[in-house]
Amino acid sequence: MQSYNNHREKLTLLKEKKLSLTENAAFYLDRISEHKDINAFNFVFEDSVEIAANIEKKIHSGNHGRLAGMIIAVKDVLAIKDKPLTCSSKILRNFNSIFTATAVEKLIQEDAIIIGKTNCDEFAMGSSNENSAFGSVLNPIDKTKVPGGSSGGSAAAVAAYLCDASIGTDTGGSIRQPAAFCGLFGLKPSYGRVSRYGLTAFASSFDTIGPFANSLEDIALILSVISGFDEKDSTSARIEVPDFVTQPDREKKLKVGIPSEYFGDGLNPEVKNRVLEVIEKLKNVEAEIIDIHLPHNQFAIAAYYILTTAEASSNLARYDGVRYSYRSKDSANLNDLYTKTRHDGFGDEVKRRIMLGTYVLSSGYYDAYYLKAQKVRRLIKSDFDKAFSIVDVVLTPTSPFTAFSIGEKKDDPLEMYLSDIYTTSANLAGIPGINIPIGYDLKGLPIGLQLMANQFEEQKLLQSASLIDNLLKQE
Amino acid sequence: MAVSREDVIYIAKLAKLELKENEIDDYTIQMNRILVYMDKLNELDTEKVEPLSHPVPAVNIFREDTVKGSVSREDALKNAPESTEEFFIVPKIITVE
Repeated sequence: MQSYNNHREKLTLLKEKKLSLTENAAFYLDRISEHKDINAFNFVFEDSVEIAANIEKKIHSGNHGRLAGMIIAVKDVLAIKDKPLTCSSKILRNFNSIFTATAVEKLIQEDAIIIGKTNCDEFAMGSSNENSAFGSVLNPIDKTKVPGGSSGGSAAAVAAYLCDASIGTDTGGSIRQPAAFCGLFGLKPSYGRVSRYGLTAFASSFDTIGPFANSLEDIALILSVISGFDEKDSTSARIEVPDFVTQPDREKKLKVGIPSEYFGDGLNPEVKNRVLEVIEKLKNVEAEIIDIHLPHNQFAIAAYYILTTAEASSNLARYDGVRYSYRSKDSANLNDLYTKTRHDGFGDEVKRRIMLGTYVLSSGYYDAYYLKAQKVRRLIKSDFDKAFSIVDVVLTPTSPFTAFSIGEKKDDPLEMYLSDIYTTSANLAGIPGINIPIGYDLKGLPIGLQLMANQFEEQKLLQSASLIDNLLKQE
Repeated sequence: MAVSREDVIYIAKLAKLELKENEIDDYTIQMNRILVYMDKLNELDTEKVEPLSHPVPAVNIFREDTVKGSVSREDALKNAPESTEEFFIVPKIITVE
């Protein structure tokens, strides 16, 4: 599709004037309008060509940022000053941001071009991108399938070559699962690695921001740029950010843990066989395969949906029809205004989660659900602590199946929640994870492999991912 | 059943959500299915387990207590559905029965 495979190659072409950045930006804008049916974007920034002209000058002057000319789409849950921010919700349909999210600011500082804001599940709640006030996103690989969620638009935009890379958010798998469904690399950083300032809160102790791209090199580059402590987010980590692009050579044999709990019932045989094939290949190179156990993973979904709905019910209390955006008409009094606005403004899944969260936090049920789930969160974290005392990375499938059909799970909320079976544990434990595309099933749908590493060991994660990626390139 | 129809009505009141009759029915069925699944956690003895509220240990993050500007009034009112130049406008708060 493009004459370059990653940003390094693009920048070389731009410098040698073999590629025009303004033409490149115009090309993407054209493709976005040609592929409107995919519904990947909520908003497209037509001024991208003018911005590209300025950055092109900077590139030719030799004084430019690390992402100069990279064309990036941003999930519509992140704030960009004076641009719409809707979270794909009716309740924020007229909202314009009054500041820019730190992660986006860092991209702009390094001369990336933000081409638009991508569709997603409303307030990032969903696993199929079917819960959006802007309508469902289609999977560009097969338009009868979902792209995954909640960052479905961000994944679809990269998979359909509507931009070079994109930014998504991951609270329980919302980057890794759509990356798997669309055949891309998608990285969820450690909790706290990337500032959440300017990210609309869903579940504050789970939310993370990360990149989608067609190459690992671009993933590493974007992660290097957006990571780091930010005084505007006190939960962002005061830990040095290594240059993720230049990885030091491994001194020791890579130890890869395979948890049997992730290969049991419910895993589609085609996905399972392909992941096992990759594990076999790893055995032939400088990796040691070790069987491990993460016995509490079977409780992850239950703990995850108790804790995240609780946090969400509190975070979403701010949408009251007073200070921003949508307000229902004809309310007799203030209470009426709140309840009508929230009824009309929120979609079905968001309301369901607010209800669940309110219930588990309510008097008499707090200990039975919320406190219990926090204890199980500790057990899940301890499982990983034990695992990472033995292995460098944990290898699993990203999703138990490839992209499912649009409408297939929409009417069964529990069934939809269960599709996150392999991804929520990383968010419960605050550890990084990445999806690596490893091939296709018989229907031609992408299969994804997940690697997880210990907290703040993104370097190890990327090294291991490169090892696998290189093995697959030799196939 | 974990939650009754009356419970759902009460939770909606707490959550400041108006629900239509059919929505109360749907949520009662769906929440019951989900909560029954969540009862799975009771298989675990967690008597001696400390709860984990946050994945990364971080306590007492301090900063200098310096006075800085914040959001301007104009910016704060920009997205309001109804406002004057100074205030958000809301319907009557106190009503007489």
